[in-house]
Amino acid sequence: MYAATVGASRYLFPDLKALLAKATPARSGDALAGLGAASGEERVAAQFALADLPLTTFLNETVVPYEKDEVTRLIVDRHDRDAFAAIAHLTVGGLRDFLLSDQATTPVLTELAGGLTPEMAAAVTKISRLQDLMVIAAKCTVVTSFRNTIGLPGRLSVRLQPNHPTDDPRGIAASILDGLLLGAGDAVIGINPATDSPERTYALLSMLDDIRGKLDIPTQTCVLAHVTTTLDLIKRGAPVDLVFQSIAGTEAANRSFGINLGLLAEAREAALSLKRGTIGTDVMYFETGQGSALSANAHHGVDQQTLEARAYAVARAFSPLLVNSVVGFIGPEYLFDGKQITRAGLEDHCCGKLLGLPMGVDVCYTNHAEADQDDADALLALLTAANVNFVMGVPGADDVMLGYQSTSFHDALAMRDLLGRKAAPEFETWLARHGLFDDKHRIRPRELPADFRALLPPAAA
Amino acid sequence: MSQDKFVASPTTRTPDVDLWSQLRRLTAARIGLPRTGASLATAPLLDFRLAHAQARDAVHAVLDVSALMVALQPLGLPALTLASAAADKHSFLMRPDLGRRLTVESRGTLTARATGNAACYDIVFVISDGLSARAVQSHAAPTLRETVPVLAAAGWRIAPLVIVRHGRVAIGDQIAGELRADCVIMLIGERPGLSAPDSMGAYITWRPDEGTSDADRNCISNIRPDGIGYNEAGFKLVHMLQAIKARRISGVQLKDESDLKAIDPAALNGGQP
Repeated sequence: MYAATVGASRYLFPDLKALLAKATPARSGDALAGLGAASGEERVAAQFALADLPLTTFLNETVVPYEKDEVTRLIVDRHDRDAFAAIAHLTVGGLRDFLLSDQATTPVLTELAGGLTPEMAAAVTKISRLQDLMVIAAKCTVVTSFRNTIGLPGRLSVRLQPNHPTDDPRGIAASILDGLLLGAGDAVIGINPATDSPERTYALLSMLDDIRGKLDIPTQTCVLAHVTTTLDLIKRGAPVDLVFQSIAGTEAANRSFGINLGLLAEAREAALSLKRGTIGTDVMYFETGQGSALSANAHHGVDQQTLEARAYAVARAFSPLLVNSVVGFIGPEYLFDGKQITRAGLEDHCCGKLLGLPMGVDVCYTNHAEADQDDADALLALLTAANVNFVMGVPGADDVMLGYQSTSFHDALAMRDLLGRKAAPEFETWLARHGLFDDKHRIRPRELPADFRALLPPAAA
Repeated sequence: MSQDKFVASPTTRTPDVDLWSQLRRLTAARIGLPRTGASLATAPLLDFRLAHAQARDAVHAVLDVSALMVALQPLGLPALTLASAAADKHSFLMRPDLGRRLTVESRGTLTARATGNAACYDIVFVISDGLSARAVQSHAAPTLRETVPVLAAAGWRIAPLVIVRHGRVAIGDQIAGELRADCVIMLIGERPGLSAPDSMGAYITWRPDEGTSDADRNCISNIRPDGIGYNEAGFKLVHMLQAIKARRISGVQLKDESDLKAIDPAALNGGQP
């Protein structure tokens, strides 16, 4: 039982998950689940109580039972007690003060990551302002590699997302061409396939590998099929760089995705066995998003942001190259408007970074949410300032297959210019070799580099 | 002074204007957009705003049930109109749980229909506006014309068509349960995109029950003339149904292998003679 007194009112919170839920800044998904605070005062009362909570509480009380949930078991069994020792004496409020302090330098935060549980990270972000979320995250550096190096300071990488409504290879190649010219693709060239057909996935993997090989692009490719599809295709000899999977923060939610930890481990081993990375062995690409567990009716009465942080515990067990919170994709019943999407995007980025993950964010919104391009612009700028590892690059910000708005090649380019971020170093060298920079080292394509013509369909070449 | 004037930026890609107009025939994606500096030029910026405004309007459009009934008539199946527990568009958007279940009255309508203990039907088709009334208004009937006659010819027992206003995918589970249908196909309006405010999804579930999750469903999304066309959608649906009935499962264990095989008419009856 936890409690806080505000004036004459005494607020009681029966357990840790209730306290976390009531302390969460307002969002529609928690209201939908019946978990959010009933009033503004109750919310802040919960935040006071949460701020006073010793961090050791999180080691003694789980939000989803250990016996019932393999994600809880992963969190508890893998907790790094030695790393935790540095903060064991702190409360949640004390942790916030520490993270913002000048003592909490990049190496200190790197050391700390294994000592933090997802629930601790979620708790500290609940009592933080957006500015705090940015300042803390900006101090965390998480570097990963496969064929290039992602997440170095001063860099902003871009996933080139060339989706096509029918997976037409020529249409996809046209979008890839556009993205490469505008400096996108250093995080990954990754297609969301329109169907889960293994044959199409195989064909798309072969096509991407062919393009990457022809242009000698120092990046990795991915078809975002279900992990079981990718695993079968690895066995059949398909050129798989990265294994993709959507993940969530409870065993039951993961089951609704048709996955479990064992399957992810098997898939990672299979991808590693191909030895396709030239400079690194980070072979996993995960996507997450607040609300997915509730959507699968698998939330165990836990608020959506805490569950999102638990998904990061799943991710970090598999040394991913990329983790992407697709923050506004799920819709207004979970994140109602631009304000809620903005907050969630910065929370996810900060929690993921604190837990040691190579976080990217798909800054996005659907057409049934109360959001528009102005909201996306604001969040993208805030995340870039907070040193996000990567963002999406979709032609004209309009994903014609998934039916939502993400960020465009131009958006990423504008952020690189505005805030002085560069592409991954190996990719930057490649861009320069193809003459895509102007005399001020800005990406300004003037004409199609000769070898890019290899991407053109026969009629246009 | 005139040489100092700013020249609008479509010139950025002037050498390749022809190239991009050719490439744009291959995809609806917004490729090769005119640029000024790192940013979008004014014309594509306003094009985007217009498309977003139209998509927002599509979300709030209303399904014309009587027009849909007329379009479905040639299929020769009876049709029922039901309502989800979401009373209006706002509660539909904010309360997915309400969109997943029928009103008490609608449930009663179905219970009255179902008789006996054994499965009454092999399949039930459910149509719902979901997030785009325009999608099912335009594409449900033509897709069914490519599907229903093939199944009927193969002897499948097809339940009355069900139209549900403000439904989510899972409301089909309840409908299949009440009608005692082995399999449910939900045709539903997907969230409108900028280039496609009218995309329809088809979700197939074998013997849905309380424990059914999304992993138990197979889906064909983006059904519309410029996406997965009616003919191809019908082919895929029939192929999947054939596999589902033969293997008595649906979901992630069952892959869409219609690119591999042609339909085997003999197998349409679940492999039985």
